[in-house]
Amino acid sequence: MNAFVEALSLVFNLETLLVILASAIFGLFVGALPGLTATMATALLVPLTFYMAPIPAIAAIIASTAMAITAGDLPGTLLRIPGTPASAAYVEDSYRMAQKGQAGLAIGIGVIGSVLGGLFGFVFLMFTAPALAKFALGFSSFEYFWLAVLGLSCAALISSGGVAKGGLSLLLGLLIAQVGVDPLTGTPRFTFGVSELTGGISFIPAMIGMFALAEVMRTGRRFRLGVPQANVRNPFKGVLACLWKYRKNQIRGSVIGSLIGALPGVGGDLAAWVTYSLAKKTSKTPELFGKGHPEGLVEAGATNNAALSSSWIPAMVFGIPGDAVTAIAVGVLVMKGMEPGPQLLTSNPQNFYAVMLVFVIANILMLPLGYIAARSARRIFEVPRALLNAAILLFCIVGSYSINNTMFGVTIMLALGVIAFFLEKSGFAIAPIILGIVLGPLVEQNFTTSMIITNGNVLGLFERPISAVLGIATIAVWSLFIFGSVKKTFRPKEIAGETL
Amino acid sequence: MSFFKKAALAACAIVALSGQALAEYPERAITLIIPWAAGGGTDASGRIIATLLEEKLGQPITIVNRTGGGGIVGHQELKTQTPDGYTIGVITTELSMYKSVGSSDLTYTDFTPIGLYNADPSAIFVRADSPYKTIDDLIAAIKKDPSAIKASGANFGGNNHIAWISLVQLLGAPADKVFWVPTDGATVSLQLLASNAIGVAISQFPEAKALVDAGEIRPLAYLGNERNPKQPDVPPISEAAGIEFAVSGWRGIGAPKGLPEDVQKKLASTLEEVVTSDQFKTFMDGRNFGVIWKGGADFEAYLKQRDEAFGAAIKTAGIKAN
Repeated sequence: MNAFVEALSLVFNLETLLVILASAIFGLFVGALPGLTATMATALLVPLTFYMAPIPAIAAIIASTAMAITAGDLPGTLLRIPGTPASAAYVEDSYRMAQKGQAGLAIGIGVIGSVLGGLFGFVFLMFTAPALAKFALGFSSFEYFWLAVLGLSCAALISSGGVAKGGLSLLLGLLIAQVGVDPLTGTPRFTFGVSELTGGISFIPAMIGMFALAEVMRTGRRFRLGVPQANVRNPFKGVLACLWKYRKNQIRGSVIGSLIGALPGVGGDLAAWVTYSLAKKTSKTPELFGKGHPEGLVEAGATNNAALSSSWIPAMVFGIPGDAVTAIAVGVLVMKGMEPGPQLLTSNPQNFYAVMLVFVIANILMLPLGYIAARSARRIFEVPRALLNAAILLFCIVGSYSINNTMFGVTIMLALGVIAFFLEKSGFAIAPIILGIVLGPLVEQNFTTSMIITNGNVLGLFERPISAVLGIATIAVWSLFIFGSVKKTFRPKEIAGETL
Repeated sequence: MSFFKKAALAACAIVALSGQALAEYPERAITLIIPWAAGGGTDASGRIIATLLEEKLGQPITIVNRTGGGGIVGHQELKTQTPDGYTIGVITTELSMYKSVGSSDLTYTDFTPIGLYNADPSAIFVRADSPYKTIDDLIAAIKKDPSAIKASGANFGGNNHIAWISLVQLLGAPADKVFWVPTDGATVSLQLLASNAIGVAISQFPEAKALVDAGEIRPLAYLGNERNPKQPDVPPISEAAGIEFAVSGWRGIGAPKGLPEDVQKKLASTLEEVVTSDQFKTFMDGRNFGVIWKGGADFEAYLKQRDEAFGAAIKTAGIKAN
């Protein structure tokens, strides 16, 4: 208890609180700008943290990251430019809601859902951190392979526009993911001698092109596309009622997010896709998904933020960072004499509690900042669509340029944007393509690694207990689906036979 | 515009231009290319160097993470820049290997070496419950059959892979029989080790420290010739096996080939101040990175030696990119 009181004094002083506020505002801006990511926000902050005391330094990273990721939903909702791979899972719903005049509700669900998910993650972590870390450490390439395959299957099976088109979209994404240097042997693939393609097709320009540019092309010529917004005075009106209606989704999303999020490298990106599919599968109105329905948004949004909190666990307990952001944070922790490891919880518990408190404060800060952002954001809809499109196009170009500071990113964005425009016209969903690009390398790498370990024995994929469970689950999902569609194909004939 | 106005403008322009030529380097912002992603060790050390250099040179330094192709993209980018001192870059271990492995023609001779600031030997790790209790157990096992030991530590042909091959080679075992599981990075390999999918991991110490502290894995030996004062219980391989070991990771600052000598001298002397400063030492110490300084010609000689040592190990093992 002493440690907790000490932690309170470490956090509740003017310096730390000011740092948290400033970093949060900074994160909000970076996250809300399309193409600029939480990773970028964190990397930019690192030189500043050299001059800070340990706790404010960590606080700066945590506050800016949490805020940037939540703010990444803003351009997704308003302009159909998702900020993170995870928010691409539900961007279709949040954007369509905004187009129906419910931008405030969509942003509110995002913000308040995030706060609740984040706080849930916090409570969850307080009790389970060491056990959760141990659980995550048991995962090898075998388990990751099945997890990624399961994620891909979800996307294909629930895709709007049918399984065949969803599957084709997914394959296109996997093909795009193949471009670049083979991750294990270094052999160039599909690069056609273009040196810039050896780095692969970056995910951010692809996402900006396929979602935002395609939308600009679709709406480009219409000068007046009025989208009157409801609840202008109080953008968050009705949010709590909506969250209460879908409380089951909120809780399930948070729990699954906390579990999957703890898996280094896979968790954060994958979790929201899994729960979005789950929400659609169990929904009473699955046909509304992808057309501006809040149910999937509630569940996947909660997942997103719960996963964000738990992704810190393997990094803090075992020094295994799951993504660039936590990797940078681990660097800052070490530099400030708080080396990751189990001793972080035992020898200096006040530091650990202080870090946790910063999470809580950053999450609560999201409410007022998110509210202000939502109120000002609605003005976007007062701009004629054609003019807005010009600005979006500019953001698309800047965002895709900024990833590697090359025009090549812009070329990728333009090419994939045009492809996505025609695909959407023919009823193909875009989300599975994005998931293919994100998960393709994971499936491939973990499969190759596993095959090298087992000397090419495919049955080795079922030898480890967790891996076997995941593998059987994946096969079961597909068998049920195939069985179901075979039954559907044959039933009408039987009926026809009976009537004869 | 009258003739006189034109002449006056021309005169101004000439003065401005000649002034530019005479002014001392640097007089505008410098770009620092980092060939690895934001958040890694190269990025972190590159950023602190940029911050400290900025203070001393009095010009802003913009950092560009040009990633991909196992560092090839970033190194290639640096090579093709104008050698005027306004684009410099972090160059890393991989540069000692590209040519021998055949993944790229890039070598240290494509760059003007400015200074070496870090070198870290890797270490050998096993699971806490591994049958290899000491480094001697492992050495015996390697001598018996290296193909029976599943080892990992980042990519095929990477620094840790070469170190493992070099070790097997120096112990007199058949290095072409090595069982290497390539991964995306040392932390992934450590996760494979902790989840009991492989038998041995080769990694630099800082990346593995938390897992060691947690009692999940154990270090057996350093792949270097000196004991690390911070880990006095971990023997260097030279002591344990009686071999000289020259394969280790390094990081330095370089510029495109053909950098004017005065600019090179200015950068090298400023970088030396930075690398030997207490601030830098504290930072590197905090991250468990070893600090070492070798400027200009010394750095070039060091790179030449690495080129040969890495080349020998790579050649014997027959590692080739297609």
